[in-house]
Amino acid sequence: MTMIPNAVEIKDLRRTFKTKAVKSKKELVTALDGADLEIKEGELFGLLGPNGAGKTTIIKILATLLFPTSGKAEVLGYDVMKDAYQIRKNINMVSGGETSGYGILTVNENLWMFSQFYGIPGKIAKKRIKRLLRVMDLEKKADAKVRTLSTGERQKANMIRGFMTDPKLIFLDEPTLGLDVNASRLIRDFIKDWMRSKTGRTVLLTTHYMMEADELCDRVAIIDQGKILACDTPANLKRLVTKESTLKLEIRKVQDISAFQNIKGVKRFTYDHNITAGITKLNFILDDEAIVADIVAEVPKSGSKIVSVEKSEPTLEDVFVTLVGRGLHEN
Amino acid sequence: MEFEDDYPKPSWFRMNYRALWGRAYPRIIGANREPSWVFFETFLPILAVAAYVFIYKAWIPEPTMAELMIGFVIVGGAMTAYWMNVLWSMAAQLYWEKEMGNLELFMVAPVSRMSILGGMALGGMFTSTVRAVSTIIAGVLLFGVSLTVQEPLYLVLIFIFTMLALYGMGMMFASLYMMWGREAWHMSILLTEPIYLASGFWFPLKGFQYMLGQPGFWIGVGASLIPITLGLDGMRQCLFGTEMGFFPLWLELAVLIALTGLFIFLARLALAKMEELGKKEGRLTLRWQ
Repeated sequence: MTMIPNAVEIKDLRRTFKTKAVKSKKELVTALDGADLEIKEGELFGLLGPNGAGKTTIIKILATLLFPTSGKAEVLGYDVMKDAYQIRKNINMVSGGETSGYGILTVNENLWMFSQFYGIPGKIAKKRIKRLLRVMDLEKKADAKVRTLSTGERQKANMIRGFMTDPKLIFLDEPTLGLDVNASRLIRDFIKDWMRSKTGRTVLLTTHYMMEADELCDRVAIIDQGKILACDTPANLKRLVTKESTLKLEIRKVQDISAFQNIKGVKRFTYDHNITAGITKLNFILDDEAIVADIVAEVPKSGSKIVSVEKSEPTLEDVFVTLVGRGLHEN
Repeated sequence: MEFEDDYPKPSWFRMNYRALWGRAYPRIIGANREPSWVFFETFLPILAVAAYVFIYKAWIPEPTMAELMIGFVIVGGAMTAYWMNVLWSMAAQLYWEKEMGNLELFMVAPVSRMSILGGMALGGMFTSTVRAVSTIIAGVLLFGVSLTVQEPLYLVLIFIFTMLALYGMGMMFASLYMMWGREAWHMSILLTEPIYLASGFWFPLKGFQYMLGQPGFWIGVGASLIPITLGLDGMRQCLFGTEMGFFPLWLELAVLIALTGLFIFLARLALAKMEELGKKEGRLTLRWQ
């Protein structure tokens, strides 16, 4: 059996930043706190975590834009500290909400400019750009100035910029951030197609959309406060919580939600108020399904009315809640 | 999605040559797309030059001397374009690229940062040249300046090495400005008016010697560290005679060649240092990320 080489290898990676406000006191913020990770070549790997978990810091270090404070990081067998040039020849990077390029240039011109930084011959670059514009459904905007593009169109152009160099490893940092459903789906489909069509390509995707990680990734690492908490396939991660029951409840006119927390058998509990709709979504991870009745009985006691009850299969968010003790979108 | 157009890996030289043109492109195209810049870069600078022309016309009684001084002003006015470009555009370029979110993409690219900066310089030179040429044309047509190239080879070489040294200096500033951020604006302000005076933009460099004697000579020597100083003096000597020259032409060319080497070396050094420091302190990426 042949061993698949690692595309990324991280060992005890730490990174601290001096924050401006506390610089005089020399206080440090820890972005990465001893992270360990291995990503195989050909994998679509997801880093799932809330804002500030350390996802972008990992990407910046692997993309040779940031030195680690300590620890080791290798990309395609090259050390990020010593072999930056070798790494750069084989990677690219796309970030969500990116505003790269020049507004005065057209989409075509901007993409051509970036292709030149990778030494792609002019004709080949134009051919690739044309093809990717078609795949990304952006052909009509090829001659539009970048400053006239919508957020979704801009992000599609950014994706083309990243993929047109045919990198061995691409870092996608929240690539669907702030995009509408259609644009997000198109980008996800593109990533899947990209991985399917040629072996050996590797994608490291960071996201805080669980559904995205679940749909796309071969393996997912859950990261919080600079630490990798778990790393496995989405299915295996979800098995971590299958022994427990998951209940989703939508209630109206809630006054006090603390009562739900104190119900015996509730292992984890998160909530999300939709103030406009006047609805509160409650998510429970339970020791036993029998507790569902207790929870439902508690609703009228708290002065609320049930809008919907759903007994659901565990999601990566449930895994996250189990591991971290709070929801992905809670601070 | 698979590309079936594999191409041989380009040599290091070709990669960097492409990167240089790639980065020069937005400047050149951008300039053509917003024609309003032609007004600001041609008409307005002529007004500044005109002020000095009228003063010299009015105050210098001898017509030959007045004509010579007006010629000096026109060349000074033309070269101002490059100095302003280096100081206010080139030097601040990396800082703005970072603010726009381009810097990290430049840094991730497998090319020399010098070729990207070189592309910025080339693009800047294009717009500055339009301004410089329009000033020269205005000088000839509106103010009757007669330009006779007496030393064509020296003129070409001095211009080329002035540009190389000057934009080498701009590249060095670009790295420093990126590290200093907004504080660097003070440096630009500091280098604008005093350099106009010390480099002799509106009068011959030798004028310091006439007015101040030995200290005036040393002011000129000090100002010669800025490539535009000897570039201006050398070009004026090539166009209007060597009588008012600060140093002999050969020496000015030699100093400019040395300054070219020095500033390009320092620019490389500053870029490497900036990159290393940026990676250590996390300054290559946007602050909010």
